[in-house]
Amino acid sequence: MALKARDAAIEGEAARQGFAEIVKQAAFAALVTLGLCIPLLAIRTDQSLNNQLVLVPRWDAVAIACGLVFLGRIALAYVGRAGSLTGGTTARFHAAGAARPVGKARLASFLRTALLGFVVAFPFIAIWGVGWQGSIKWIDNFGVQILIYVMLGWGLNIVVGLAGLLDLGYVAFYAVGAYSYALLAKNFGLSFWLLLPLSGILAAFWGVLLGFPVLRLRGDYLAIVTLAFGEIIRLVLINWVDFSNGYAGIGGIPRPTFFGIPFNASDDGFAARFGLEFTPLYRTIFLYYVILALALLTAIVTIRLRRLPIGRAWEALREDEIACRALGIDTVNTKLTAFALGAMFGGFAGAFFAARQGFISPESFTFIESALILWIVVLGGMGSQIGVAIAAVVMIGGTELLRELDFLKAVFGQDFDPAQYRMLIFGLAGVMMIRWKPRGLVSTREPTVFLRERKAVSVDLVKEGHG
Amino acid sequence: MSAPPPGPADAPLLRVEHLTMRFGGLTAVDDLSFEAHAGQITALIGPNGAGKTTVFNCITGFYKPSEGMLTLTPPDGGRATLLERLPDFRIAREARVSRTFQNIRLFSGMTLLENLMVAQHNPLMRASGYTLLGMLGIGGFARAERAAIERATAWLDRVGLLHRADDPAGELPYGDQRRLEIARAMCSDPLLLCLDEPAAGLNPRESAALNALLRGIRDDGVSILLIEHDMSVVMEISDHVVVLDYGVKIADGAARAVRDDPKVIAAYLGVEDDEVEAAEAEALQAGEAA
Repeated sequence: MALKARDAAIEGEAARQGFAEIVKQAAFAALVTLGLCIPLLAIRTDQSLNNQLVLVPRWDAVAIACGLVFLGRIALAYVGRAGSLTGGTTARFHAAGAARPVGKARLASFLRTALLGFVVAFPFIAIWGVGWQGSIKWIDNFGVQILIYVMLGWGLNIVVGLAGLLDLGYVAFYAVGAYSYALLAKNFGLSFWLLLPLSGILAAFWGVLLGFPVLRLRGDYLAIVTLAFGEIIRLVLINWVDFSNGYAGIGGIPRPTFFGIPFNASDDGFAARFGLEFTPLYRTIFLYYVILALALLTAIVTIRLRRLPIGRAWEALREDEIACRALGIDTVNTKLTAFALGAMFGGFAGAFFAARQGFISPESFTFIESALILWIVVLGGMGSQIGVAIAAVVMIGGTELLRELDFLKAVFGQDFDPAQYRMLIFGLAGVMMIRWKPRGLVSTREPTVFLRERKAVSVDLVKEGHG
Repeated sequence: MSAPPPGPADAPLLRVEHLTMRFGGLTAVDDLSFEAHAGQITALIGPNGAGKTTVFNCITGFYKPSEGMLTLTPPDGGRATLLERLPDFRIAREARVSRTFQNIRLFSGMTLLENLMVAQHNPLMRASGYTLLGMLGIGGFARAERAAIERATAWLDRVGLLHRADDPAGELPYGDQRRLEIARAMCSDPLLLCLDEPAAGLNPRESAALNALLRGIRDDGVSILLIEHDMSVVMEISDHVVVLDYGVKIADGAARAVRDDPKVIAAYLGVEDDEVEAAEAEALQAGEAA
């Protein structure tokens, strides 16, 4: 009895000590926040009535931030503890899952079919849900926008996820595709369906051109050169005004037609020909299916390539370049194909983007776009198709959703714009990901060939590549 | 066990002539010449830092030799290749020299089967019409892939890892990883297999199994060039031993003869002080006489 009581006392003591430790850590975190907040939050510069700069102290905001961090740190400590307690059961669950791969595979294939069905039916679901007028926003801002990024993510995934080459300038190929379409369509009147492959080929050509000199570099060096290339393309577009019209951009880009039938209100427009009432929605739906087809093409090509020797060589390259060379693989050519193929899909997406917007300018191709696409690939889990798609939905859909949160204005006042907090939320999501899912949402690798059963490889064994 | 003297008709599989490799002021390999014959296991031994791995890196193209000529002559009478002129991946692809590494280099995130499929990259690339035909599903790619899987399965069976074919290579224990690396090198269909310390870190039983595997590979007609520290492996399976010390060849011959060579014993074990004195006195006398 006495022993038991003593055990309980010791346990209580340990818990008390644990709590004191947690509070200490939380206080320290709050202190760091205070230090960070003084330059960032504590003072707001404002203009007074007679145009003088005045400093408005905002200590209440600092106090709120510090308090939030303090409480958040305590909550985090308890969540972490609960997580370590349930860790054992999840491990057992995983083991059971591995023993019954058939059920899991069936579930996965069912989910895939359901998801594909939803994506194909999405425009009609939107029309049914919010009506003809409201649905254009959903199909365009959510559907088309997300699918462009899904496609860009899948394209970059070939370079970063499969071949392990860190490319920080992917948006350059997107820009090449967009400007190829815009200039060739405007100046030579070529059609969308001809220019789409041509833009991809031109982007791939630029990929090879860049790849030849730089693919000897590895890791950080490659990342910096690709980053520079992205900036060079943008700066050339800004400064070569004769060619690209500089900052002003290119407007009035011909819109895609329904295989020659334009989407307009005229007598030989799409609506009139098919005996429908004219609405701009038809074009949006058409664009949705075009980008869906392009994205699916990217996915199918990638899935097939992974099972061909070239795809396996990409992954082997990511794992160990020296071993690849010892096995007779031409690593420069293999890297170039990955680079060119990734660039080609970027070019397709760019051409589509130009056709959809009708107006492009260098503003659309800044480094932040490259970073966003790379973010999508890393968040999704490098090399995973479904992970990248989910990440694109979360990142792009999330941004668009922020614009919809009008009710927050009632809480924070009329001039509160949730979309302004986009970067803050990305940053937070990044920190959380690094803490809990450092290798992305989908952290397993599917083998490309198997003898008896397809076992997913834990991503802990998979290397990230070093350029 | 004794090496047959090379007749004029049968050129050696690999002839290394006057190989010299300098790194700045350091001469790692100094005017080394030796031959490796077809159908034999040739061992390259020597104390640590003798330059064995440097020789390997020169043969497999990972280093460009400072001087010297490396000739590979296929035993079936094909055209000889000068290895020092080819980049590393073409040595593996065209001269069919395959290698393993001292610190194992497997594709750890890929399954065993995938590792062996990557080794068959070049024939599979040809079969897939350099990806284009394979992409469209025409041509003989499916057949070639089945054959490649069969070949990989046969090698997995031979190294005793068939039951783990679908596991990632990074999960294997150390000894199994060594055997898998040999199987992967063999899947690239080499004429000459270069093994850099294949027995390092193996226990006696694994080392005996390795001996059997290497003998089997030799009996299939693939020649082996081997760097090894484990003398039980070297003495038991080598047909021919080359001993290096400080980048210079100090002995060359059949395993038994090399083992009893006083220079080899001196290089490995060092010599008694009085022997050194005797040698110095001898040198001094010789100098005076001259």
